[in-house]
Amino acid sequence: MRRLRHWGPGLLLLSPSLILLAVFVYGLIAWTTKVSLSDEHNALGSKGFVGLENYQNLFTNDIQDRFTHSLKNLLIFTLVFLVGAMFFGLLWAFLLERGIRGEGFFRTVYLFPMAVSFIASGVVWRWLMNPLKGDDAGGLNAVFGGLHLDFLQSTWWTNPDWGMASMAMPAVWQLSGYVMALFLAGFRGIPQELREAAAMDGASTYRLYRNVIFPQLTPVALSALIILGHMSMKMFDLIMSISGPQWLTEVPAVYVWQTLLTSDYAKAAAISIVLLLLVAIVIVPYLIYTNRVEKSR
Amino acid sequence: MTTVTAPPAAVETLAPRVRPRRSFGPASIIKYLLAIFFLIVVLMPLYVLIVTSFKAGSDIGVTSQWNLPTHWTTASWGKAWTALRPSFIRTFELAIPVAIISSLIGAANGFVLSRWRFPGADFVFTLILFGMFIPYQAVMIPLREIVTTVGIPPGIPTLVFVHCVYGIPICTLIFRNYYATTVPEELVEAARVDGAGLLRTFTRIILPISIPGFVVTVIWQFTSAWNDYLFAIFLANTRNGPITIALNALAGAQSPDYAASMAGALITSLPTLIVYVLLGRWFIGGLMAGSVKS
Repeated sequence: MRRLRHWGPGLLLLSPSLILLAVFVYGLIAWTTKVSLSDEHNALGSKGFVGLENYQNLFTNDIQDRFTHSLKNLLIFTLVFLVGAMFFGLLWAFLLERGIRGEGFFRTVYLFPMAVSFIASGVVWRWLMNPLKGDDAGGLNAVFGGLHLDFLQSTWWTNPDWGMASMAMPAVWQLSGYVMALFLAGFRGIPQELREAAAMDGASTYRLYRNVIFPQLTPVALSALIILGHMSMKMFDLIMSISGPQWLTEVPAVYVWQTLLTSDYAKAAAISIVLLLLVAIVIVPYLIYTNRVEKSR
Repeated sequence: MTTVTAPPAAVETLAPRVRPRRSFGPASIIKYLLAIFFLIVVLMPLYVLIVTSFKAGSDIGVTSQWNLPTHWTTASWGKAWTALRPSFIRTFELAIPVAIISSLIGAANGFVLSRWRFPGADFVFTLILFGMFIPYQAVMIPLREIVTTVGIPPGIPTLVFVHCVYGIPICTLIFRNYYATTVPEELVEAARVDGAGLLRTFTRIILPISIPGFVVTVIWQFTSAWNDYLFAIFLANTRNGPITIALNALAGAQSPDYAASMAGALITSLPTLIVYVLLGRWFIGGLMAGSVKS
């Protein structure tokens, strides 16, 4: 009883949030799951429970394999986005890491795209990725033309095979600065003594980074990957803004929206739940791991 | 462990410990050249936005995209402003309450989960945190139904409510880690020994030293509410929704007015960019908070 008096008020203060999240996160996920198992394919409502039929249809019976196509798009987008943002983020952090004149300025500029919404940046990227080439070229193609690097000209996201790789470019532009900030904090969290000790042992700069510094950055890299990865899975705004909803660039998040417009709630719910599972496969082990590491300290 | 948050004080850790060296060897010249090269690349889209927004007529074309305007005009800015003004004001009515309410909730939760803990607090925290990662599509279908049933007025009030609810995880995370690293356990214990209850301890002792945490959550929530498009498009429309919807309508029309679209994109980004430039140091802290946990 005395212990309850001790921590009871805390739980009470927390309870409104807990109730809201229980309802609006877990409750609504359960609700969506239920819809995904029903035959609510129009605004008239559901007639009954159909088991996993909606899921099965997505994978085996979707027109033109629309769902698997959207997953393929998502995969290409995610790979390019993760590799690109991690690469530039690490490179920029590396450039600024040992101190450089005007560092604050560089940092601010590298990071500013982060403050802009995908909807706003999509307006200009739509122009930069203009597919016209040669004399009609605009945007990036004009830059490549002007630099006599014509072979780099591309049809960007309108390319049916690798268009999604171009679609990741604005996302890389927007988030690399963020990854840089993470790595920069990581670099500067490494005790100076560690570097000095390595220098005393006569380690070359290469070996210093390879064997001392980079291993220390693994946790930062992991959290950056988690943040970028879950953002990528949810990618919606950017694609809506650059290409609008269309077959060529469709990802599951956009597919849900398109399906909702036709009032096929059961199908939209099934796609959302697959998307949720994809995120959960990565996030849940990460959260458990984080919780455990924290406890063991 | 460095995983989901560094305290806002992490900003300070960004400052270089080593003064830039004075010597300019080949390695450092390459470093500066690369840094400047990437600076230009990052600024390129901004350049196109700005020059296009001041163009008119035949100046606006795909092939002349990189040229400066032959005649500078602010006509497109006027046009964009007329199209965006109502939603611009509405978005302030959205983002400001969201920033304030979310921060207060986050502070209370973070305090309980770090300094007034109960059995199973870590597990509960993990359950809260999960809410931050979910794709919102997985709640969107019933969400639309539930807010209508509950009777929250459509448009901005609904969006305020929704952003506050789904902002709970990140704000709780930021404050939990802020308190865990900056408020000594002894301070809270001493208050308890003196007979101060939870609310008294929180309002008298904790809140006054929470400003850095508030700066982070306020910036974070303001920015994400301002930039949100997903909730907006699901729960509002061009007549009662925020600026992202209005901008997408302006820029995504069949034959869009490019100059006005670009001016509109700049108008839309201005508030978050101003917040970012003025409070950049803390903004960076906020970014760390969303990602690095210590």
